[in-house]
Amino acid sequence: MGTAHAARAGGVIYEVFRLERKGQPFQHAGSIEAPDDAFAEWYAREQYGRRGESVALWVVPRHEIVEIDEFIDELERNYHRVDGYPLKEKLKEARERAGTARDR
Amino acid sequence: MTDEQFLEYVQGGGQVETNDPIPDDYRAKLIKFIEMHGNSELMGVLPEREWILRAPTLQRKLALTAKVQDEVGHSQLIYRVVEDLGKPREQCLEDLISGKSKFHNVFHYPTKTWGDVGVIAWLVDAAAIISQKALLKCSYAPYARIMKKICWEESFHILHGRDVILTMMNGTEEQRELVQEALERWWGPLMQFHGNPIPRDEDPMYIWRIKSQGNEEARQQFLDGYVPQIWELGLTVPDPKLRKNEDGIWGYTEPDWDELKHVVTGHGPKTAERLELRRTTREETEWVRRTLLARAA
Repeated sequence: MGTAHAARAGGVIYEVFRLERKGQPFQHAGSIEAPDDAFAEWYAREQYGRRGESVALWVVPRHEIVEIDEFIDELERNYHRVDGYPLKEKLKEARERAGTARDR
Repeated sequence: MTDEQFLEYVQGGGQVETNDPIPDDYRAKLIKFIEMHGNSELMGVLPEREWILRAPTLQRKLALTAKVQDEVGHSQLIYRVVEDLGKPREQCLEDLISGKSKFHNVFHYPTKTWGDVGVIAWLVDAAAIISQKALLKCSYAPYARIMKKICWEESFHILHGRDVILTMMNGTEEQRELVQEALERWWGPLMQFHGNPIPRDEDPMYIWRIKSQGNEEARQQFLDGYVPQIWELGLTVPDPKLRKNEDGIWGYTEPDWDELKHVVTGHGPKTAERLELRRTTREETEWVRRTLLARAA
């Protein structure tokens, strides 16, 4: 197992996000390499906007993106999460108590 | 995660992103597969490029130029994915030109007439889109994402190719003959296109869920989708054994696998000439890359 090591000639890598229609979320489309922001804009237009497939693009230098991919819950604060509310068993018990349990 | 756990993860439909740790073997397979795809997009424009100056109308010339631009754009996106996996684009281009890496069989053949241009845009792109749709669920997510755009543009090219073919079929007897002759030239390579019928569970590209279907499934899908469209135009497919059996499976004459192997290992009729063109244009445009990178420095 291993992670990728940087391999490229010298430009900047930009991530491109595209908006297909107003009201939808921007979605990651791909990445481009460009010598600067001006070229990045034109490459992004050519790759993701030439055929009217996007109404807007976000073009972001990859190194400016802060990525968070670990969510450690050291204090076990399950009241923040769906699994902190196990209703199924409790509902079963409550229905039995009330005599409304359905046969399945 | 061990390699076995990783395999189980991707076989269960799991996907990974650029910075995730992945098995070395998986990375190597991804690079090989995606690099060949990038090479094919780049080399695939050369047969069509030969017709830009000879296109029958201005409209066709513009459409063909736009298609060539699309395909080069695809190769840029695809090489970008390969770079993130650890192999620089410059290295990909060097390996392509030196003959170390491969590109698809159909791009090693000559284009004799405008009929070939129509058959390429219609049927070669149709065969390609079937392979590419099988990559939309690729276990390597950045590749799957760019495939959405690529598939969309390829379906546009099929439209263009069909329009070229229909125009010729509605034209003169001579034009219809050009289409029939081109179909006869391309049928062999088209039947070889999806590769030998190795069972998918023995195909490493399927095992790692880089692609989501086997070679024979792809070929059957191609035959099912396009043979009726070929027949309805009054064209003859040059294979007397071609028919759809009662079980829905298409029967056909065994494709020439030796020819496929010979061609993709760099011995096709146009391989050397087209690689030489890549080599010279790469040298001639070196100053452009140098200028652009100086700007970045």
